[in-house]
Amino acid sequence: MNYIPNILFAIALFIGIGYFAKNVKKLIRNIQLGHDVDVSDNTSQRWKNMAMIAMGQSKMVKRPIAGFLHIIVYVGFIIINIEVLEIIIDGLVGTHRIFSGIGPLYGVLIGAFEVLALLVFISVIIFWIRRNVVKIKRFWANEMTSWPKSDANYILYIEMVLMLLFLVMNATDLQFQNMNNGNVISQFITPLFSGLSESTIHSVERTAWWLHILGILGFLNYLYFSKHLHILLAFPNTYYGKVKPKGELDNLEAVTNEVKMMMDPNVDPFAAQPETTEVPAKFGASDVQDLNWVQLLNAYTCTECGRCTSECPANQTGKKLSPRKIMMDTRDRLEEVGRNIDTNNGVFKEDGKQLLDDYITREELWACTTCNACVEACPVSIDPLSIIMDMRRYLVMEQSAAPMELNTMMTNVENNGAPWPYNQMDRLNWKNE
Amino acid sequence: MSSTLKVPTMAEFMAEGKQPEVLFWVGCMGSFDDRAKKVTKAFVRLLNRANVEFAVLGTEESCTGDPAKRAGNEFLFQMQAVTNIEVLNAYEIKKIVTACPHCFNTIKNEYPGLGGNYQVMHHTQFLKSLLDEGRLTIEGGQFKGKRITFHDPCYLGRANDVYEAPRDLIRKLDAELVEMKSCKSRGLCCGAGGAQMFKDAEPGTKEINVARTEQAIDVKPQIIAAGCPFCNTMMTDGVKAKDKESEIQVMDIAELIANAQDL
Repeated sequence: MNYIPNILFAIALFIGIGYFAKNVKKLIRNIQLGHDVDVSDNTSQRWKNMAMIAMGQSKMVKRPIAGFLHIIVYVGFIIINIEVLEIIIDGLVGTHRIFSGIGPLYGVLIGAFEVLALLVFISVIIFWIRRNVVKIKRFWANEMTSWPKSDANYILYIEMVLMLLFLVMNATDLQFQNMNNGNVISQFITPLFSGLSESTIHSVERTAWWLHILGILGFLNYLYFSKHLHILLAFPNTYYGKVKPKGELDNLEAVTNEVKMMMDPNVDPFAAQPETTEVPAKFGASDVQDLNWVQLLNAYTCTECGRCTSECPANQTGKKLSPRKIMMDTRDRLEEVGRNIDTNNGVFKEDGKQLLDDYITREELWACTTCNACVEACPVSIDPLSIIMDMRRYLVMEQSAAPMELNTMMTNVENNGAPWPYNQMDRLNWKNE
Repeated sequence: MSSTLKVPTMAEFMAEGKQPEVLFWVGCMGSFDDRAKKVTKAFVRLLNRANVEFAVLGTEESCTGDPAKRAGNEFLFQMQAVTNIEVLNAYEIKKIVTACPHCFNTIKNEYPGLGGNYQVMHHTQFLKSLLDEGRLTIEGGQFKGKRITFHDPCYLGRANDVYEAPRDLIRKLDAELVEMKSCKSRGLCCGAGGAQMFKDAEPGTKEINVARTEQAIDVKPQIIAAGCPFCNTMMTDGVKAKDKESEIQVMDIAELIANAQDL
């Protein structure tokens, strides 16, 4: 017996999964560059969110056409991947369609896979048309050039090819066709190969089989470099997503401590500073390490669909702000920091760059109305607003770099308890006017 | 206009050793902005009509800190919050109603973490509860059959999932409630939130309030109903910018109800 294919298969599987695992470790390391945040609350609500939003796709269907097509691709990919199990066993052991022994049920399964494969193929073509022919606006925004644009199309091409290979593999498997059990779609492809000799057809089948599994392993490894990571990260991201009312911004604890000290009449203002080597906490965020790890997970989860940006009032009225770009910039900078750490033996070496200004401009940050439309629109619970807010906090509290009119407003609040220069003693004058 | 307004302060209640049923948090807009003051008074007339024992803080009220927080000044926000919480807790306030969704959101969601725990209601929710309890009746009056569209304030709607109370009140006016293209959870912002009210917008192709007003004009309303003093200003300016002042009025829901009963 010839064991070479089995050995080659085992090697391919090992490399494919091994390289992916290595990158996943890097991904987790990068996410952990963010500071800690307590997400131990509301566990049952979090599980429910994951079940509804990620598994149930509840937010995807808010836009029915894209939502419906996406569900086909999502369900298709999950179910067709059951077939991968058979392929792996066949590949390692040297069997051929090891599950076919289970009888009629096998036909039901493969038949379902074939139908889904066709539906996925059609859906992906419609996606491609929406993106490249219809040119839906959100796919053609400023940040959707070069790599992000190609990435989106590569994903669609890979999915088309994988589905085709699956169907061709079944169509050229004459033994399977003769069983006439589950070949609901592939039987119509088989005649295309009728002029070929049996051995040629067999070679086509083997080639399709190998390309299919190698393609899947390749696609798996493509994820780390692509926006397509959402197929994995959507699940943890919806779990860790915000469970508080959308309007609630966190109260910075470091500030609370200082404010309490200022307001405490028992504190001795002349007391010597306690000796401490601790670096005082930085207020807000100017770089990715200042964000929390959920915000960094958000950045890796973003699949650049642009629903956030298309709902953003600032973006709709021609401002530079695009919530999607906030997420893409955060990921780009995070990956840059990650590469920096990789090349410097595990330690980040100052590179004179940061998320603020080098990626996200102040003009973008100040255009936000904090309306939460982006947060509401995201189908996988990403919160671009929280990053915008943390960066505003840095600008105001660390740099005193608010727009002048806002400084005036804040001075008024500070001096007379209202955003305008009205005396607090006049607050009830309306009663007698 | 009927009799003078009864607006007791917390200090007065305290002096009499009484607790009001609810504290009316007026807010900076409601206290100082000429347009918003009319809403404040309309709401007070309704409270008076329903015999609600309410009080205001008056000169002891101060900005909740919302615009400072959204501008990024957490220090100033927390200073304001802690000061306000001290006053509220000293008066042992349990329940607060406000006509400003920004005050509503801040006190409801961001004060608890700093020691301020109250039941907080938006004035539309409060009016709805008065209606449900039979303490207030709503008639359509001059608004019967009028086409009214409701502009969802971000800090009431998306931020806190309150969509129905204001709409229920409009329906009670026997008015024709029409929805804009973007409404409820997909409502388009008026452009004032996040401290934008206090600064010029960044360069763009259009003002946000104009974009939102265009959405309103598309459904041909006679009245744009607001539930937020900032939205009210932005939509009023939008209507002016589109030269529709003679056809479309911007009114707060409290004003609609009070005016319908000639209060």
